[in-house]
Amino acid sequence: MAAHLSSGRVNLTALREAGRRELREFLDKCAGSKAIVWDEYLTGPFGLIAQYSLLKEHEVEKMFTLKPGRLPQADVKNVIFFVRPRLELMDIITDNVLREDRGRAPQRDFHILFVPRRSLLCEQWLKEQGVLGSFIHREQYSLDLIPFDGDLLSMESESAFKECYLESDQTSLYHAAKGLMTLQALYGTIPQIFGKGECARHVANMMIRMKREFPGSQNSIFPVFDTLLLLDRNVDLLTPLATQLTYEGLIDEIYGIQNTYVKLPPEKFAPKKQGDGGKDLPTEPKKLQLNSAEELYAEIRDKNFNAVGSVLSKKAKIISAAFEERHHAKTVGEIKQFVSQLPHMQAARSSLANHTSIAELIKDITTSEDFFDNLTVEQEFMSGIDTDKVNNYIEDCIAQKHPLIKILRLVCLQSVCNSGLKQKVLDYYKKEILQTYGYEHILTLNNLEKAGLLKSQTSGRNNYPTIRKTLRLWMDDVNEQNPNDISYVYSGYAPLSVRLAQLLARPGWRSIEEVLKMLPGPHFEERQQLPTGLQKKRQHGENRVTLVFFLGGVTYAEIAALRFLSQMEDGGTEYVIATTKLINGTSWIKSLMEKLEPAPF
Amino acid sequence: MSRARADEEEYWHSSKFRAFTFDDEDDELSQLKESKRAVNSLRDIVDDDDDDLEKVSWSGEPVGSISWSIKETASSSTSSLESRDSGLPKGSSSYTALPKQASSYSLSSLFKGRNKLPSFQSLSDALSDTGVKNYAPELRRPRAEYKDYSSDWSPKDTVRRMQRGKVCSLERFRSLQDKLVLLDEAVAGNDGNVITAVLIFLKRTLRKEILFRELEVRQVALCHLIHFLKETGEQKLLLDLFSLCMSFLSLQLSQYREHLNIQDVEKRKEFLKGCIGLPFSAEDASHIQDHYTLLERQIIIEASDRQLERAGQSEIFRKYPRKASILNMPLVTTLFYSCFYHYTEAEGTFSSPTNLKKTFKIPDKQYVLTALAARAKLRAWNDIDALFTTKNWLGYTKKKAPIGFHRVVEILQRNNAPVQVLQEYVRLVEDVETRLNLATKYKCHDVVIDTYRDLKDRIQLAAYRCKVERGSAEEEKIDSILNNMVRNTA
Repeated sequence: MAAHLSSGRVNLTALREAGRRELREFLDKCAGSKAIVWDEYLTGPFGLIAQYSLLKEHEVEKMFTLKPGRLPQADVKNVIFFVRPRLELMDIITDNVLREDRGRAPQRDFHILFVPRRSLLCEQWLKEQGVLGSFIHREQYSLDLIPFDGDLLSMESESAFKECYLESDQTSLYHAAKGLMTLQALYGTIPQIFGKGECARHVANMMIRMKREFPGSQNSIFPVFDTLLLLDRNVDLLTPLATQLTYEGLIDEIYGIQNTYVKLPPEKFAPKKQGDGGKDLPTEPKKLQLNSAEELYAEIRDKNFNAVGSVLSKKAKIISAAFEERHHAKTVGEIKQFVSQLPHMQAARSSLANHTSIAELIKDITTSEDFFDNLTVEQEFMSGIDTDKVNNYIEDCIAQKHPLIKILRLVCLQSVCNSGLKQKVLDYYKKEILQTYGYEHILTLNNLEKAGLLKSQTSGRNNYPTIRKTLRLWMDDVNEQNPNDISYVYSGYAPLSVRLAQLLARPGWRSIEEVLKMLPGPHFEERQQLPTGLQKKRQHGENRVTLVFFLGGVTYAEIAALRFLSQMEDGGTEYVIATTKLINGTSWIKSLMEKLEPAPF
Repeated sequence: MSRARADEEEYWHSSKFRAFTFDDEDDELSQLKESKRAVNSLRDIVDDDDDDLEKVSWSGEPVGSISWSIKETASSSTSSLESRDSGLPKGSSSYTALPKQASSYSLSSLFKGRNKLPSFQSLSDALSDTGVKNYAPELRRPRAEYKDYSSDWSPKDTVRRMQRGKVCSLERFRSLQDKLVLLDEAVAGNDGNVITAVLIFLKRTLRKEILFRELEVRQVALCHLIHFLKETGEQKLLLDLFSLCMSFLSLQLSQYREHLNIQDVEKRKEFLKGCIGLPFSAEDASHIQDHYTLLERQIIIEASDRQLERAGQSEIFRKYPRKASILNMPLVTTLFYSCFYHYTEAEGTFSSPTNLKKTFKIPDKQYVLTALAARAKLRAWNDIDALFTTKNWLGYTKKKAPIGFHRVVEILQRNNAPVQVLQEYVRLVEDVETRLNLATKYKCHDVVIDTYRDLKDRIQLAAYRCKVERGSAEEEKIDSILNNMVRNTA
């Protein structure tokens, strides 16, 4: 079920196993049959840790979604609420508990499992409603870092960036540090810590303090990771704003990937049988899981979308040829062998069918005029053209009332690529946006300014060209089919964050001191002492393993770029990626927008 | 510097602009098609019984995943629930009639033999609620963790214990000094959960003036308190906090934000009026002022238009009943509305488009676009003609469009303008190539023919002849032009 987690350099199954163990222990505390009431948001992340079968083994008989009203009748001894510590959820639970039929016999016992933390505020809230005492077990399940793939961990903490930069709430950083401590408990102390940015500094400090405060945490595991690199999202605000052009990145941009699942329009996936007459067309979206467990997906997900078509067609030929083999199978032995391969071939065939359909869906969009225009403007900005005046395309989009998020993404991109907009230009955009979309969006604009995504050029100096040139962020001779540089993931733009990781590995950050000073926040290096017995004696030619932790979110294109570096023949470093949340420009901007009430009709 | 600039320019002029295109369009498409074909052809070979193979329900969830199982187990149980419910005799006291007090039901009170106190209990009560633990002691934990809760933990230790989710009494921290040390310790720990818990304690045990004053110098804690008050909906305290802290924090926008929670438009308007006086930056202030003015206008327009509509006397409202009220709509939407329903009104009235344009300093471009869209929707072609007609001082008229005539054509076309109207504006598109494209696309034959004639392009004209109807006036026109050209060149 989780073989893909052990395929990488670091076996992340151990982390998943630790999570499962903790879950089992909790379930066994509530003796007898159980029903779980789920905060729906949690089912996705939990699905990556455990399947229903595990719960069933521990006497979970029923599962419901959390909603107000009476709990469904279910003859179980225990009812367990799996929830995030949020007040609005506490209200629902209160309602559930108060409506429980007290006449029923035997009575059901209630428990709460808070994910990822028990919250004093929530418990106080329950207390005020007079129901706190109804819960026998109130515990926490610290689902800090969830393994998504063999080289990818996420906390799935949606609002981490917003909390850190808009609300001065660093709780998510505290969880990140805790997650890193858990990781070190399983995979050994990480000897070297590098970081860039305010939040990175905080997390490193917390790790060091936690280590000091729990001296018992010193473990005797041989370290798997050589280096930890902590990167603040606000060091590189540019990358998530640009449209990702890898296969996986585009799937996420267009359809949104949630906990490795994507929902797609069903039309292209309808089974085409002859004489079907088009009836029974499915109306529910088609849901697919996307991870490296699927061989074909692992091969194409990180490619530039322009290189996907040729791989698919090659695969098609191979599979066709394999099926043709049956005509040549003459002897019983040959037929037997063909049949034994059939399941594998069928799986490959259905995988190919799915990805061909997805590629078609994406192609419909990437070949549209608007996609092209939008991308042209993005690339102009990133390469430094006309970033200091009002852009015609953006103006037109506002006039035609394109979705606000799209406008904000472009305006922010322009601002970041110009180290802030000229006051006149900024004022113009703001006015147009407020007049067209409503004055209340001044709140959102203010949030973006606070986060540094939108600003006026105060110092009168534009540092971006220097940063772009020194870090080689814009590459002219990009090869999308057989890339030789990470810039292929954005067809020309090399993600700044990944360049920093790349330069850290070779030749080291000392070579880019000047540019590092231009980027926000401190950069630093810390060492964690290892007992002599645990110090690594590197075999010749053995790659180093670096854990890159993106505080505030990471995009699929950045992940693709790091995987590309891992696979480079003389790269010398393999990367494992951790983040507070997998994001794209749209979900990121959305998380920063002020939640406005829906229009009254 | 200038050198670099020149370099850059040269680079941009020389390099072909790269955007996201498939290098070899046809090839790429055919590749996708190819794999599609292969996939389809394979369907004949393999039976479509791969549902068994994948073990995936149609929605794509692998059978056995958590979210799938919720649906499964829930659906079976709801059906049983329904059957139970329907079996109930009518009028019997149903479950919903349960009294909403839970005191005797609460386990902790059972075990402690204590009645539920009126709603607001102290936090420490909540935290030292040991009934739970007595009921089900956690055997695996070391004894030490059950040590009494009143022992003298230092602020630091208290915070640390709370971080680990353990119970702690805060009541011991009596003096202001102690409380502040505790708060600072919590903030240093970075755990929002603990910071909030300490703030709740402080909020309960300190006068709000003192609490707010101390938070002035503790921005992180202040942000947590604001967040907490927002979350728990303590509007009154929140506004108190804003008014007290306004002087040193940029909280004006947070206060402005509160207007979103006011449903009644009159009250909302009054609230916005109150916001105008807040110390905003010059620029924000003008936006807030505009917001207030706009809502004020909308209320007036809405009242009078609703009456007009109801009276049924006004033709425009009879013919095009309003789909929604104009209240709380953006400015541009309001302008569209006023161009639609109140286009001809004199500038003096609040609802006239020109008045809106003046009041809010709406740029020409924006105004023309909106007016054009509104009048085109009503098919008021004369209004549109007037919109682009300017007279110079000699009295000559001239057509001008600040948005470019190609945009005008697009908008008209989207509103299904007849060819006669469309072609008039296509003719005005300055760039010849764009003009030809648009004219061809929208079948404005006259414009195409005239343009080719002016270009003296015989070949194109002859080619275009096949595109017009045989025997039509257009064909005749082309023939006559071609003949003329021959004569002239001959």
